[in-house]
Amino acid sequence: MSTDVTAEGGHGAVPTGPEVPVEPKASTARRDWPLYEVFVRGKRGLNHVHVGSLHAPDDEMAVHAARDVYTRRNEGVSIWVVRAADITASSPDEKDPMFAPSGDKVYRHPTFYDIPEDVPHM
Amino acid sequence: MHEETVYDALDHAHGGEGHWAFGTGFDEPLAGVDTTVPDGVDHADLGTYCLMLGDDALVLAQRLTQWVTAAPELEEEVAIANVALDLLGQARLLLARAGSVDVLGRSRERASASIPDEDALAYFRDADEFRCTALSAADNGDFGQTMVRLLVAATVRLAVFARLRDSRDPVLAAIAAKGVHELTYHRDHAARWVLRLGDGTAESSRRAQAGVDAVWPLLADLFTATDVERRLAAAGVAVDPADVRAEVHDVLTTVLDRATLRVPPWPADAPPRGRLGEHGPELVALLETLQGLARQHPAATW
Repeated sequence: MSTDVTAEGGHGAVPTGPEVPVEPKASTARRDWPLYEVFVRGKRGLNHVHVGSLHAPDDEMAVHAARDVYTRRNEGVSIWVVRAADITASSPDEKDPMFAPSGDKVYRHPTFYDIPEDVPHM
Repeated sequence: MHEETVYDALDHAHGGEGHWAFGTGFDEPLAGVDTTVPDGVDHADLGTYCLMLGDDALVLAQRLTQWVTAAPELEEEVAIANVALDLLGQARLLLARAGSVDVLGRSRERASASIPDEDALAYFRDADEFRCTALSAADNGDFGQTMVRLLVAATVRLAVFARLRDSRDPVLAAIAAKGVHELTYHRDHAARWVLRLGDGTAESSRRAQAGVDAVWPLLADLFTATDVERRLAAAGVAVDPADVRAEVHDVLTTVLDRATLRVPPWPADAPPRGRLGEHGPELVALLETLQGLARQHPAATW
């Protein structure tokens, strides 16, 4: 869901019949609602995994909206939400100095060990 | 073993064919439940009671569905649709139960033999055979009023279902046990919005209060038992709606106080007209939309 969805573009463009409740378009409200990133832990999953994003008026409502949008089909047993603005991310500009140096350090991979078959989660 | 996404995990858990997208891992709500009607319980009473509870859910589900494509926010639209689908699921089980004890009214004469009882009851009864309350049938109003109505409806239904878990009818008890989790969420969702609207901006508070004032008169007939409910309550099968009054008042007062909204005077008890099939024009209009397709194509399947 992008931040600049316009009512004219899609969602609000559906014709309204006499029975459909007509609300004034909350165009300013949508811009006020912060973007949240949603992480869900599946039933068999070991960790929370990013599944998408949504807009919500506050943290509590974001958890609820995440439940309604992202766990409708038994996908999860635990939800984290975080404001997208609170995530500090690496910049694409520093990609090479950040990640290239690990490319040739084969000795950092534990590939020289024999792992028994019954060791899980490897 | 570590899946890339939760969807991969679901897929792996269900054969890897991507079928989870159509719903997997669900429990059959009535699996293993004894469907025998308990001794001494009148079949017609039981079926009629199931229609009351089922019609409330069916009609409110239809009302909530009217927000789909028109909700103020996409996230909220999905939330409202989820609530509607929960209610529709409850309606299906309850109408099927009514059909199983042969409470079908005139629906079976009109419906094609190929459709199940629950569909015959939903699509081929006229308004005067519906037993929902005016609270379920009322128009949505604006978003604030919709949330106030949902708060009231979910509060009443949760109070009834919580007690109904001990019903002597094992099917009703199982439906109630499943429904309590759903209704707890519905009530919570509506309460969160009423709190935020009531204690939000001047405009949201004004609209929420107008919603409360519009919904409050619909509380009048919620706590008056019909003869059917009275007989079944005495038999340990149904809940006398008068028994949930105190809890409902308590919950609603608490939420509205916290939302800084004014609690209007509680309306005087009124006869349960909706439960007896007397409805206003808004239910007729709603049923035209709900039933139109099925009545035009009575043997259609999808």
